[in-house]
Amino acid sequence: MSLLRITSPHAHGPLSTTRVMQTVLLATLPGVAALVWFFGPGVLVNIAVTSFFAIAFEAAVLKLRGRPVLRTLDDHSAVVTATLLAIALPPYAPWWLLAVGAAASILLAKQLYGGLGYNPFNPAMVGYVVLLISFPVQMSTWAAPRGLAAEVPGLVDALQACFIPASFDGATMATPLDILRQNSDQSLAALYAGTPQLGAWGGVGWQWVSLGFLAGGLWMLYRGIFTWHAPVAMLAALAALAALFYDGGGPGSGGSPLFHLLSGATMFGAFFIVTDPVSSAVSTRGRLIYGALIGVLIYLIRTRGNYPDAVAFAVLIMNFAAPFIDYYTQPRSYGHARGDRP
Amino acid sequence: MSEHVYRDLSLNGLWKNNPALVQLLGLCPLLAVTASVVNALGLAAATLFVLICSNTAVSLIRHVVSDAVRLPAFVMIIASAVTCTELLMQAYAYELYQILGIFLPLITTNCVILGRADGYASKNAVGRSCFDGAMMGLGFGVVLVLLGALREVFGTGALFADMDLLFGPAAAGWKVVLVEGYQPFLLAILPPGAFIFTGLLIALKNRIDSGIEQRAAARREAPVRGSKRVRVTGTIS
Repeated sequence: MSLLRITSPHAHGPLSTTRVMQTVLLATLPGVAALVWFFGPGVLVNIAVTSFFAIAFEAAVLKLRGRPVLRTLDDHSAVVTATLLAIALPPYAPWWLLAVGAAASILLAKQLYGGLGYNPFNPAMVGYVVLLISFPVQMSTWAAPRGLAAEVPGLVDALQACFIPASFDGATMATPLDILRQNSDQSLAALYAGTPQLGAWGGVGWQWVSLGFLAGGLWMLYRGIFTWHAPVAMLAALAALAALFYDGGGPGSGGSPLFHLLSGATMFGAFFIVTDPVSSAVSTRGRLIYGALIGVLIYLIRTRGNYPDAVAFAVLIMNFAAPFIDYYTQPRSYGHARGDRP
Repeated sequence: MSEHVYRDLSLNGLWKNNPALVQLLGLCPLLAVTASVVNALGLAAATLFVLICSNTAVSLIRHVVSDAVRLPAFVMIIASAVTCTELLMQAYAYELYQILGIFLPLITTNCVILGRADGYASKNAVGRSCFDGAMMGLGFGVVLVLLGALREVFGTGALFADMDLLFGPAAAGWKVVLVEGYQPFLLAILPPGAFIFTGLLIALKNRIDSGIEQRAAARREAPVRGSKRVRVTGTIS
């Protein structure tokens, strides 16, 4: 137990929900900027359209439930959920996909359970998983990154892809995690030499997107939005497992630790999803366990499961376990013996 | 008196004590086979038939079978009824029989049926037991078909597909496409969709119930026309 030893004044302004949500939105900027640079402005259209639907659904439900609409919307939580969901979705997604995702996030995962603070599952990840198992085709068409595509789509193309999906024809490419999954019989050296998408570490474009989210996450950590335990535990567990099975890059080695850290949604998940204060474990030791198990699940599903990326599934599975982890990691209150649990 | 009993039985089976929405019994087939109307209708008919047969038979033997061996006897009766249903379906709706697969024999283990046999039929006269079976079966079946319709509409954008499996080749053209070019929404057809839609149906039923309750309460408290206000003067010690 640490005591704060600071001089007066001791009163400090607590972080309000609105301030936290605004900080989270700001922290997504570096990652989103990298996404826009490499994959074009599709992600911006995603964010705008998903936020619109999320706010509309939230307002409608609040009205139905007889809650103050404007005051609740002012906490920005719907926009944060929508933004996180929109970042996770493939850019240039059709509008109805975004609407269904926003509905699943806001209506099903958030408001049906009672609104912000009562949701046992991360709303953005529920929306993502609902879309992933419902529309596998749309959810697995990722745009080709800058440098590999002939040209990166512009803003007009992005709007066209969203609202008139049938007329949009963009270059798509398998993501690095897809490539690794489908070619588990090749050694990593041959794979990296044969496929330009893999780039140097985590895939062309992807590694910079990951570094962008890492930068945003570190800034949030500095601002005290969350503690380091869950994200560090998750990244450490994922890297440790990847190192354990790496065996120098032979066939079926599952990718290097650096590849796993810088590819897919690892960094985004570690700093923006795992740190969700509502659906994660709350005790310090609990957060370490929660984060580490998410890392283990991500590695297992990525290399042994049916889906290329696994952050959403891993987070949802561990959301189930969070109350259980909290129950067994409840800190002992000072002056009390560690009694037997009922 | 007797009319009252039958009215209460219908109300219980269809609404107040609905096996699927209130007792939450028989959830396994409810969730597994309601991906389309034809599947739901097939299983609903089979369950209804078994429920009527078993309730009647159990009521007939209620004075003969001792308490100690009653459950095995009930299960034997239910299993025979299920076997009959299975053979009938094999004969008249073979494709549907193949689609429903394991869930037909599993009707034997459906809690609704054993629950009604032990909870009602073993204590009541034949006529009432038979009627109770029919109402419970109908209540279960209505929810099954409703759920099947919801999931089929949301999942595929069409309704009444493949009805020829149950009603013969004449029904092949019954399919109604509600939305052209609908993007299949797999979640509604997969098991999680069954859970979500069942939950929404239960919520809707509770909402209707609380609405009825509120209106009844408002009517109770409304002043009767012509009644006089009680006037209190002075202090009450």
